[in-house]
Amino acid sequence: MANNMETQKKTLFVDGCEVEFTNEKNLLQVIRKAGIEVPTFCYRPDLSQYGACRMCVVEVEGRGIQSSCTMPPEPGLKVHVNTERTRRIRKMVVELLLANHDRECTTCERSGDCELQFWANKLGIKHVRFGKKRESQYLPVDDTNPSIVRNPNKCILCGACVRACNEIQGLGIIDFANRGSKTVVAPAYNKHLGDVDCIFCGQCVAVCPVGALTIKSDVQNVWDEIVNPKKQVVCQIAPAVRVALGEAFGLEAGENSIGLIIAALKKIGFDKVFDTNFAADLTIMEEATEFVTRFKEGKNLPIFTSCCPAWVRFLENHHPDMLNHLSTCRSPQQMFGSLVKDVITKEEGISRDELVSVSIMPCTAKKAECKREEFYVDKNPDVDYVLTTHELISMIKEAGIDFNKLEPQSADSPYGLFTGAGTIFGASGGVAEAAARTAYEVVTGKKLEDVDIKAMRGANTFKSIELDLEGTKVKVVVVNTIKEAEEVLQKIKSGELECHILEVMACPGGCIGGGGQPISCSAPEKKLKRAAGLYDDDAHQKYRKSHDNPAIQELYKKWLEKPNSHKAHELLHTHYKNRFETSYKNV
Amino acid sequence: MSTQTNESLDLSKVDSIVKDYGYKRQNLIAILQKVQENFRYLPEDALTRIAVQMKLSPATVYGVATFYSQFSLDPKGKYEMKICDGTACHVRGSIPVLNAIKSHLKLEDGQKTTADKMFTIETVSCLGACGLAPVVVINDKVYPQMTPDAIGVVLDTLMKEEA
Amino acid sequence: MLDIVEQERKKAERRLASTGIRVLVCAGTGCVANGSLEVIKKFEEFGLNVEKLPEHKDFTTVKTGCHGFCEKGVLVVIPDLDVTYVKVKKEDVEEIVRKHIYGGEVVERLLYVDPKTNKHIFRNEDIEFYSKQTRTSLCNCGNINPEELDEALCVGGYEALARVLEEQTPEEVIKTITDSGLRGRGGGGFPTGRKWQFTAMAQNDKKYVVCNGDEGDPGAFMDRSIMEGDPHKLIEGMAIAAYAIGADEGYIYVRAEYPMAIKRLRIAIKEAEERGYLGENILGSNMNFTIHIKEGAGAFVCGEETALLASIEGERGMPRPKPPFPANKGLFGKPTLINNVETFANVPLIIKNGAQWFRSFGTEKSAGTKTFALTGEVNNTGLIEVPMGTTLREIIFEIGGGIRNGKKFKAAQIGGPSGGCLTEEHLDLPMDYDSLIQAGAMVGSGGLVVMNEDTCIVEVARFFMHFTQVESCGKCVPCREGTKNMLAILEKIVRGKATMEDLDLLEELAHAVKDGSLCGLGKTAPNPVLSTLKYFRDEYIAHIRDKKCPAGVCSALKTIQIQEDLCKGCSKCARQCPVGAISGQIKSPYKIDQSKCIKCGVCVDTCPFKAIKEV
Repeated sequence: MANNMETQKKTLFVDGCEVEFTNEKNLLQVIRKAGIEVPTFCYRPDLSQYGACRMCVVEVEGRGIQSSCTMPPEPGLKVHVNTERTRRIRKMVVELLLANHDRECTTCERSGDCELQFWANKLGIKHVRFGKKRESQYLPVDDTNPSIVRNPNKCILCGACVRACNEIQGLGIIDFANRGSKTVVAPAYNKHLGDVDCIFCGQCVAVCPVGALTIKSDVQNVWDEIVNPKKQVVCQIAPAVRVALGEAFGLEAGENSIGLIIAALKKIGFDKVFDTNFAADLTIMEEATEFVTRFKEGKNLPIFTSCCPAWVRFLENHHPDMLNHLSTCRSPQQMFGSLVKDVITKEEGISRDELVSVSIMPCTAKKAECKREEFYVDKNPDVDYVLTTHELISMIKEAGIDFNKLEPQSADSPYGLFTGAGTIFGASGGVAEAAARTAYEVVTGKKLEDVDIKAMRGANTFKSIELDLEGTKVKVVVVNTIKEAEEVLQKIKSGELECHILEVMACPGGCIGGGGQPISCSAPEKKLKRAAGLYDDDAHQKYRKSHDNPAIQELYKKWLEKPNSHKAHELLHTHYKNRFETSYKNV
Repeated sequence: MSTQTNESLDLSKVDSIVKDYGYKRQNLIAILQKVQENFRYLPEDALTRIAVQMKLSPATVYGVATFYSQFSLDPKGKYEMKICDGTACHVRGSIPVLNAIKSHLKLEDGQKTTADKMFTIETVSCLGACGLAPVVVINDKVYPQMTPDAIGVVLDTLMKEEA
Repeated sequence: MLDIVEQERKKAERRLASTGIRVLVCAGTGCVANGSLEVIKKFEEFGLNVEKLPEHKDFTTVKTGCHGFCEKGVLVVIPDLDVTYVKVKKEDVEEIVRKHIYGGEVVERLLYVDPKTNKHIFRNEDIEFYSKQTRTSLCNCGNINPEELDEALCVGGYEALARVLEEQTPEEVIKTITDSGLRGRGGGGFPTGRKWQFTAMAQNDKKYVVCNGDEGDPGAFMDRSIMEGDPHKLIEGMAIAAYAIGADEGYIYVRAEYPMAIKRLRIAIKEAEERGYLGENILGSNMNFTIHIKEGAGAFVCGEETALLASIEGERGMPRPKPPFPANKGLFGKPTLINNVETFANVPLIIKNGAQWFRSFGTEKSAGTKTFALTGEVNNTGLIEVPMGTTLREIIFEIGGGIRNGKKFKAAQIGGPSGGCLTEEHLDLPMDYDSLIQAGAMVGSGGLVVMNEDTCIVEVARFFMHFTQVESCGKCVPCREGTKNMLAILEKIVRGKATMEDLDLLEELAHAVKDGSLCGLGKTAPNPVLSTLKYFRDEYIAHIRDKKCPAGVCSALKTIQIQEDLCKGCSKCARQCPVGAISGQIKSPYKIDQSKCIKCGVCVDTCPFKAIKEV
């Protein structure tokens, strides 16, 4: 019987055409499947339904006007997408939003990929008949946050950011305040975004349909350095960037365009282009060694990965009692920065000031990370600027580079050589998998034949894996999103959950879903494709384990002696700060 | 982040209120009402304390507090005056009464509380006493069928009592 | 179970009978404002302190809920001689006790005087305000002490609950309610029986009954009166609903602006629980039902059912899209039945008297009676209850006693900010859910504001739009931005700054807001504008084209002029003018500089010769 029900075809009618549906959550998905692009502003498939923008309204026979994003499909429904009334509502919504909107489109960060602009154009809004906002009604732009700029005058109150911060991260740093036309999205007490417990993950930016939340841009700063003849500008590219940047130039999500990216960066004028994957391998050397030491001594377990600055920040704010669990390893970005500034300056005999280190990251929190005082030497930062994938795309466009026609290039040596273990850092579970590959060989002294640990992969926010290192059991927990991490922390604190390694990435799916990546909120499948692209890259590498990387071996021989050596500690490890006192919880 | 507060607040009072309500999310509005009753307004630190105790984000608590017009994040005067501007009261002249109050208390446009923190004025949509329109409520006492002159007398009496 | 209630009722009757003559003093919000608590205190002191001869009868002062005739408060009803006293002051108490209670004589000077005949009227039911009404859901308001369960029992309270628990299945209860034709009294008029059935059908181990007491329409206070005057009827109605749908927990959401209603409901719930009419194992039937009170915190939108649920859950009162309907996924995600106060108050009456009895009132499609809060420019304002289908004329000119000060009727706004205007052409329209929708208005919660010829209809529309604009929750775009821009256009019109294009835009926008908004607040917010545009378009055009306010209300469109022939040149106006717009020479006519004049009207009031006029 139940089987019969499932196999029975379920259909409804969209503008007279019969459309089959299966497990679509809402009418909107069915309509889109039927090939009609219903406009939306507040709908985000990965977030809860909100139903507020009213752009996706349709007329359903017998039910009147309904927002299709909130209505479940039912067999036999007769849905009309473009009726006189629904068209009028949509056009009016856009016109009303525009009337209340800072319409300096030409200079807006989001010009060109703004959803409001897009639909205003598509729906043919040629004239806004309502009174314009007065200058005095404009609210101040908040640029106090190191990663995110908030311009309330562009906000259309779709609430996607509020839902992202709550539902993905469980933080609720921003929420609606006030009521009616006075409603704003703001941090508590209307404080600055730089004065609250924001962890800079940028997920709010990633779901914003307009220019209300944007990434704090370093594009101009980087151009200035590049054209400065006194400066040598080098850069590193994080793993997740290579499988996402191409989307802006018509490539499929997940298609690895590292060669093109390197070529573009060279065209733009970077003197040397390295690969963060190299530093990821280095991280594994240090972190796996650190883990093995802790594991043998039974101290500070589980070890928490420390690659994700949003996660680190979160722990510092709200769980200072657990900072001893964090690996002391710097993140790959910061290892790279420190190495570059130390080694290249020595090798080339230039000062730190003359060497500008830029990193290309999928991540907004990295902008805050590079500004931490621990990562400064003689008042000069190890990483001078962080450009997100998004910002690099705009630089490539600004430079007029025809991305797809570039001749692929390789990264500069020696810091361009990496293993498959380094490349999977960009996906949730990748750090743990890479560490496991090395730890296995360190602990057992045997060679690991099958390096793929598939149980650690995939988009699930929680994964728990028990590794068998020839009799020694190591329990690894992999989570992504801070909401999930907080739950796991509570379980660890209460003793309900035991593990030896906890890998945390703040963004959904890991860095591939970072806040600095090309916007993919309306196409969640892109994240999966990007992850697949990284695992594919891994599978095609000659070396799959970090300790097999000849450049890494060379580095230890020449500069660092051995993992966790004194010199390694100096350059590659760090300490954390209890920030509880400045967090809101200290009231 | 505990900035503001020029006076020291006894936040233990907040703790006990939250506890009385079992730390339940569904009681947030009731908790805010009790806390406001206690401090006569909702101080920032009290809201944050509620958030911490209830495991909510301060922005969420702030969002609820700013949604409902009953809540005030600024200190209120000793006398809270509600001037009804519901339909019946409006039709029967609530606005002249409101203007009379403003000029009597020397309140500027947008100013709600007198400098001496004695009076706070607020217009409300309907107090359900339409048969007595226009009405003014001062600390829960209803003054029916007000006129600009009559409210002046009421205010003078209150001020004399305070002097 | 019926026998328990019967026994308890008899006991209560005996106890109340032993207390002597009942003096019912209204302690509704209106009368309290007029000093009824002092009157009650005086009566009680008198009963205690004053020497009483053996032949004098005992009396008890009973604090009742609202009688509805708030304007004439304090109201004192003494049923032994069937007399209603109006405008009673504490100074009058001694006379009432000595003359009426001890002497058996009516105090004529405190009787209601019929404005038409100038005669004293003794009996409540002979006062036109009451005689034209049919009070069923309000039948106990004003006749019992709402703070005592015994009083409720004496008028048949909890009999209906006992009956359904003893004799009926939940299906039978729902059938009775369905057959009665009862429709939701809070606004839309959805068939109550169907709503119950949907919730009953939802499969879940936990269900809720929620009473919507967030009566926020400006100018409406029906629900307040029931909660204050007859809380047990509401509780009984909810308990019957809980039995019918299979719920064991309920909430009453009351506006914080109604402190007295909250207090009396708390007392009533507590006593009902203590005496086994609520709580666990109700009347020995194994049914459990507890009721919690949730106080609102000042947000009109919480009268919308999904916003109300959000508010009970402790969140911002922002509506949620339907579907899912509360009947399937409501409070805390569980199936939830939401009805308003008046709807629940009708339930025990229907159970007791039968569906046919209920259908004997009202019209075919709108059965029963409806309460209205009659306010504005009528002689008798107050709370009334009439059969559905009563005409506006009966309400205004009979119950309401006509328009004040002999002015002319212009329009009635019904249904508050969600409703619309009715005009002279609707005076004889039988008012029910469907006829009002047809006329572009709605029953809404029942606010009925009467306006006379001095009312500017555009200003009324602006007033309502201002209200909804402030009360919009801000979630959906059409309501948040749409009402704001509608208000801006209306403000332009009353200031004389609008064009005919603005009027077209206003209408276009009104339709988009109505069609596109997420919840009932937004969907109905344009109604006052649309209905006034329909019936009074000329008045809009006069503001726009002629820059004139026909009712002479909109101050920006007024000019103030000095009539030269009447002006004696005393200079008083010039001295009073706050902006120095008036100048002239002593003893010759003064002049107003219209470019400076702010139309405050001070000069008009000041002129000893009535030489200054607003035109």
